[in-house]
Parts: sequence; structure tokens; C-alpha cells
Amino acid sequence: MIRVEGLTRTYGSYTAVDDVSFECRPGKVTGFLGPNGAGKSTTMRCMVGLTTPTRGRVTIGGRLYADIPNPGRHVGVLLDATAQHGGRTGREVLTLGAMTMGLPASRVEELLALVSLSPAEAKRRVKNYSLGMKQRLGIAYALLGDPQVLILDEPANGLDPAGIRWMRGLLKSFADRGGTVLLSSHLLHEVEQVADEMILIGRGRIVAQGDRSSLLAGAGPAQTLVTALDNPALAAALAEAGITSDVAGEGLRVNAAPVEVGKVAAQRQIVLTDLRSGGAGLEDLFLQLTAESQREPQDTTEAAPQPGAIA
Amino acid sequence: MTAAPLTLDVAGTPAIPFSRMVAVELRKMVDTRAGRWLLIVIAALTLLVEIIFFATSHPSDRTFVNFMTATGTPQGLLLPVLGIMLVTQEWGQSTALTTFATIPDRAAVMWAKVVATVLLAIAFLVAAVAIASLLTALGGYAQAWQGVGADDVAKFALLQLSGVVQGLGFAMVWLNTAGAIVTYFVAPQVFTVILTAIHGLARVQPWIDINNAQSPLSSGDHMAGSDWAHLLTASLLWIVLPFVVGLWRVLKVELK
Repeated sequence: MIRVEGLTRTYGSYTAVDDVSFECRPGKVTGFLGPNGAGKSTTMRCMVGLTTPTRGRVTIGGRLYADIPNPGRHVGVLLDATAQHGGRTGREVLTLGAMTMGLPASRVEELLALVSLSPAEAKRRVKNYSLGMKQRLGIAYALLGDPQVLILDEPANGLDPAGIRWMRGLLKSFADRGGTVLLSSHLLHEVEQVADEMILIGRGRIVAQGDRSSLLAGAGPAQTLVTALDNPALAAALAEAGITSDVAGEGLRVNAAPVEVGKVAAQRQIVLTDLRSGGAGLEDLFLQLTAESQREPQDTTEAAPQPGAIA
Repeated sequence: MTAAPLTLDVAGTPAIPFSRMVAVELRKMVDTRAGRWLLIVIAALTLLVEIIFFATSHPSDRTFVNFMTATGTPQGLLLPVLGIMLVTQEWGQSTALTTFATIPDRAAVMWAKVVATVLLAIAFLVAAVAIASLLTALGGYAQAWQGVGADDVAKFALLQLSGVVQGLGFAMVWLNTAGAIVTYFVAPQVFTVILTAIHGLARVQPWIDINNAQSPLSSGDHMAGSDWAHLLTASLLWIVLPFVVGLWRVLKVELK
């Protein structure tokens, strides 16, 4: 539904977005992840025509954004929740949007209710809003025209944990109804629970993309953390099966997938008290893949891209 | 796998009509405290200067033209500010992001701002003519209407609307309120001073000095062909050129 093709945006000698291509499909939530300054916002601004690409293009449903008539009715956009006139009330911000898109005034009330902005809050000027309230207002604006596509830049920024959970549910049900969602974040945990697909970007380039399991599969050989009532017995049993392991904390770190460890334990009737994947989490993968564009120097040395070397 | 379509069905979505854009821009002028107060101040000042002029002037000075000239000052100064703010608020408050994501046709948005400001200016002008007529009648001076015709009102309207459009042009060139207001008010004056100071420029001054070129519009005097020619060239330089440059900038600028 959203198709980004060879998108490049340079500023003088600086390349903010470097030959980026990806697709967002209907019925899916696509997470767009990367550290600050990785090119997420520039990419999203190119999608809606606020920034002109140096090369490449973005189409939504086969059209350039500028060629969609009354685009608010098809594509909901939230690029910067703070970009609202501080002197307008929340209700007025939505009213202007509804007027422009040709929607009845009742739509404003529906959306205020949907994002849980009370009538009293809707009457206040936006400059007195918390960041979380501005995000809710921005999400309400994006949803005003009942769009089929949502493009949201850092929508969870400033939301409290309950707000983040609410937004997850909202986006999930939007996608379940066949909608296409692209949301960006620099925080993995905001995205990984809701995103069906993830696109990792660092220094303007896509460094990895896919669903959770395929991303993890690329993170290095499987590892398992396991604790048994009799750890030495388990280690010996694993060794007989040709699987190496090391003592780690109260249990073992095994160089195999949890299912292999479980099979061995079941065959030998060894009681396990804990069994989980010990491979690199998405967090490690995220840091590793975007290491070059991190600002913290230790990350660039520690997280050299060596599969299997992740502790 | 999924039945959802990969294209947008836009057949049932008409484009946003221009009239709706104008209505939205008119609303943007009055839905903030700053905008509302500016309108109230313009209305109050218009009324105030008329009443003061009526109260303090000699009865033989209470002519229609003098009343119109009196309202011209507050309106001529403040109506352009209204237009400037309508443009620059989009950048000062970063609402341009939302505005142009909702209406990608930036030129259409800018023209809607022009039409909205001009409509408002016309409304103030009509009110000014009404007040001036009323006070002229009350003034009771026998020759108060002498030589006054529709052309005088039209020239006055041309003067006020030129100022509004000039302000919009400067606003688009600068995209910030302070820069636009300062250059709108100061640049033509400084230019006049420089032209007057340099003797060699005396011959070209009438053609490029907007202050001089516009002064016959409000004086009530007959304008000769050369006056119109001067007005045309000076307006091209001070109104049309900044407007074109400004519009080009708005179309090209990156919005963040």
C-alpha cells in the first residue's frame, strides 16, 4: 500500500536518507525503527510531499500523495504532535481539519471521545496540553477522515504506559480492519509488541527488515538459557547429544534452540525449572545493526557486527 | 493472503473545493486570541479616529474624502498585519506541517489566504465607507460630497487592497512575522529617503517609489495617465515581485 522506491534525500554533502526501499502492506502494522537522526522523519516527510526527495519516490496505493484528492480522507498523518497552534483549543484544531476535509462537526466529537480528550480538555488551548495530550490530539487529527492508511512519526512519544497500551490496541484493530499502519520510533519496546513487520534504519540506510522471528534468525545462532534441578546431569546429557553448554548463573547457556534442549531433557527425564531463548534479543540486534549511527562511543566498539559474539 | 486492496479507491472522493479553503482561512484569522484582538483593534480604531476627527475638525473639513482618509490610516496599517500573520503563523507555530499534509496544493492554500484576507479587507472597507457617509451626513457641510464619485471609493479600495497583497507577499518571502512586518513598513520608507537624497535618481523615482506612486489614490485628485503608469511600475516592483518570489519560496521550501 505504501511503496518506497530508492528514496534518497541529501542536504549538501550530507545524505539523510540513502536509497531506501520498502513496502507497507494492508492489514499490517509496520514499525519503522532507528536511532535519532537515522532518517525516519525525513523519509516520512517525503511520503506526504513536505520534503522533496533528491531521488526515488513514494507512492501510497499507487499514487503520489499530492495526487490523492482530499488526502486526509485516505491517509492519516501525524508527523509532529507539537506542531499545532498553541493559541487554538484542541477542539478548534480538529474543527479546522474537519472543515477542510468536508466532514460534519459531529466527527470532531467522535474523535475527541475516541482519544479520551474530555470536553473540558478539548476547550483548553493546545499550549497548555501535556505532550501526551498533544499526541492524542494528533492521533485524533490523523483519524478524522477515516483513512485507510496511517503514517505516524513517534506517536508514543510522551504517552504514559497506559497511553502506549491504548495506542497499541488502536493501531492493532485499525490494521485488523484492513488498514495499513506505518509508525516510527527510536524505542524498540514501543514497537515490537504491535508491529507485524519491522524496518530498521541507521544512518539513512535500511539495515534490516522483516518480521520478529526472521529478524531474530539473522541475529546469530540460537542460544538457550536453561535451569534444571540437576544441572550437571543436563550438561552431560546435552554433551552426549553433541550440544555444547556453559555454566551461566544458576543454570546453563546452551548453544542450541530451546526446542532441542527440551527434547534432550524430556528423553532423559530431567526436570527443568526454567527454559527460555538466550539468543540476542531484538534490543541487542537493534543496537548492533544501528551501531554506526549511535552517539554512544562504547556501542560502536562493543557491537561490531559479528554474529554469534553477542553475549 | 489478505483481501485488503493495494490501491486507494479515490473515485468517490472529490477534491477539496477552493471555497472551503477560503472559509478555513477566514476561520484561522479569528480563532486565536491574537487574531481576534487584531480584528477588534482595527474595528475600534476605525470607529475612534472617525469620532475624534468628527469632534475636533472644523465643520468645513468634514468632507467624505477626509473621513475616508482618517480611516485609511488604522486600516492601512493593520489590515496587512492580519494577512502577514495568516501566512507566518503557519511557520511560527509549525502548523504548516498539518496544513500542507491536509492540502498538498500549497499554491491553492496561499491563494485561499489571499482571498480570505482580501474579503476581510473589503468588509472593513464597506464598514469604513458606511461610517464615513454617516458622519459626513451628520457633519452637515454643504460641499462635503463635492467631486466625490465611485472612482474615489474604488481608488481608496485599490490602495488598501494593494497594501494587503503587499503584506502577504512579504510574509511569503520571509515566512516569519517580525521580518515581514519590519520590511513591509520600513523598506518602502527607507527606499523613498534614499531616492530623494540621490539627485541623479530624481527622474526614475516616480516610477519605482511606491509611496509617491500611491499618494494620488487617497488624495481625491484626478489621476493622469502618467500617474497610473507610475503606479503600475512601482506596484510591479513592490507588490507583484515580492509576491511572486514569496510564492515560489513557499512552493519550494521544505517543511519540518
